[in-house]
Amino acid sequence: MSEILKGRAWVFGDDVDTDLIYHNKYLAETDPKNMPQYSFEYYPGHENFAREVKPGDFVVAGKNFGCGSSREHAVYCLKEAGVPVILAETCSRIYYRNAINNGYPVLFVKGISEAIKARRINDGDMLEVELETGTIRDITSGQTYHGDAVSDLEREIMSAGGLIPYLKAQKKQG
Amino acid sequence: MGRTFAEKALGRAAGHPVSANEVVTVEPDFCMSHDNTGPISRTFNKIGVKKVWKPERIVVILDHGVPAPSSDHAVNHKEAREFMHNQRAPHFYDVASSGGVCHQKFCEEGFALPGQIVIGSDSHTCTYGAFGTFATGIGRTEMAAAWATGAIWFKVPESFRIDVTGRFNENVTAKDFILKVMGDVKSDGADYMSVEFHGDGISGMSIAERMTLCNLGIEMGAKNAVCEPDQRVLDFIKGREKSNDWEILWADSDAVYARELSYDLSSIVPGVAKPHTVDNYALVESERGVHIDQAFIGTCTNGRLEDLHAAAGILKGHKVAVRTIVIPASWEVYRAALHDGTLETLIDAGCIICNSGCGPCLGAHMGTLAPGETCISTANRNFKGRMGDKESFIYLASPLTVAASALKGEISDPREALKG
Repeated sequence: MSEILKGRAWVFGDDVDTDLIYHNKYLAETDPKNMPQYSFEYYPGHENFAREVKPGDFVVAGKNFGCGSSREHAVYCLKEAGVPVILAETCSRIYYRNAINNGYPVLFVKGISEAIKARRINDGDMLEVELETGTIRDITSGQTYHGDAVSDLEREIMSAGGLIPYLKAQKKQG
Repeated sequence: MGRTFAEKALGRAAGHPVSANEVVTVEPDFCMSHDNTGPISRTFNKIGVKKVWKPERIVVILDHGVPAPSSDHAVNHKEAREFMHNQRAPHFYDVASSGGVCHQKFCEEGFALPGQIVIGSDSHTCTYGAFGTFATGIGRTEMAAAWATGAIWFKVPESFRIDVTGRFNENVTAKDFILKVMGDVKSDGADYMSVEFHGDGISGMSIAERMTLCNLGIEMGAKNAVCEPDQRVLDFIKGREKSNDWEILWADSDAVYARELSYDLSSIVPGVAKPHTVDNYALVESERGVHIDQAFIGTCTNGRLEDLHAAAGILKGHKVAVRTIVIPASWEVYRAALHDGTLETLIDAGCIICNSGCGPCLGAHMGTLAPGETCISTANRNFKGRMGDKESFIYLASPLTVAASALKGEISDPREALKG
């Protein structure tokens, strides 16, 4: 039986770049635990994210989430804040790899970019997310969305908890 | 059915023919990282492997904050230095006059070679496609894993073919062209794809111009970007190459593409990317007169000798109207510009010359912006607040347009500056 996650939505637009998620001003920080305080500091209208996000809340975004830099801070700052999964129409290649390599799920959700633009999904909506099936229910609006499943190799890395635990497990087997 | 460049390069590395969408595991020819080497080494130490798989394949070039603008940066540098020393890894470029911006330095030192696979823990690693290299950016965790195992997985990308014919009109540059392409393709238009630049328009370009094109590949979401390697590439790498195991590879004429576009360079005119996205394209003509507070010429996109020459050509004998920061992309470029008098011309015009490195491109130091300020820059990103305060603005343009704008204190057309 697959777990159902519940939480509030924080809604972002298309092309949310890595400086908006985690500004380069804080790049010299290297401890992931210190990173959530800087999340979305530069995102207009969501400057309060870092102070107000609660563990279990979801980040909902449009196309090309995480475009730009290869900085892993942009994954850590959300993971460490307790955001269990990113729900985005699409996501940049490097951001996606960084997420997988840290055992952090991203669901690609068809139609979410349009839903955001049309305000069918809004900040504060209560969502239910089933990671196993990719089903997302917006309890507030009554809408349902579907996220794509990840490939086999990606799933293996994710289920090990990320690339480093995955490699360690492989080493033991070998 | 023919194969694309990405299929050939990844197939060569995998040891068997591969096709788009297949997942392959390959050994990288070189691994590049910069100031983030410290945190990568900490992750590496957690894996439980003592030595990197091949020390001679690790290249570390400090550039993001050099010399260290804060003690946090200094700690990262110190860790990188100690790691490279302990691993007996020979290719370390410290804060010294042998350094520069990592991507420029990597190519000057002959690590970017045709047909090879390079991974870098920096998104602009795609720059090396100018040499026919399959080069792509990755994150820190993945770099630590690659150091330990000598392996990295890739999904073989689909390819995006851009055919380029003709020649630029005077005072139009490769930067103007790629900004136009960005405006058409948009920042996610090449997501996960390999972008191939084809045609006589490319073979007519210098290595520096090709590096500018490939550098912007990531800004359309590409996995890598590449130009057909030719005699110019062979001439450049001769005597520099750090490996003999390279091979000229290029796409077959009947390869299959997911997307295709074509351009005639003679139709390109000076352009800019307006705040706050790289694909927010506009003609310089229509932005003329926008007030600027700072001009910046440098970076892995446009800090090479011919870029400095272009700026000096406009600034010679004049004075800039706003603070103008010039950062040669490497100390090799710095030295050449020093010897041929370019730096003196720029200093006489009122420019500040800073030491080679990333400088204000990512807002670390050497020219960060105050609230409400606008900078016109030759860099590759104009994300909101990237160069400083979140209420600051960045326009991206060619070195010619930046220099012409610096003279007037407002966005200006280089074609007019050169007329006067």
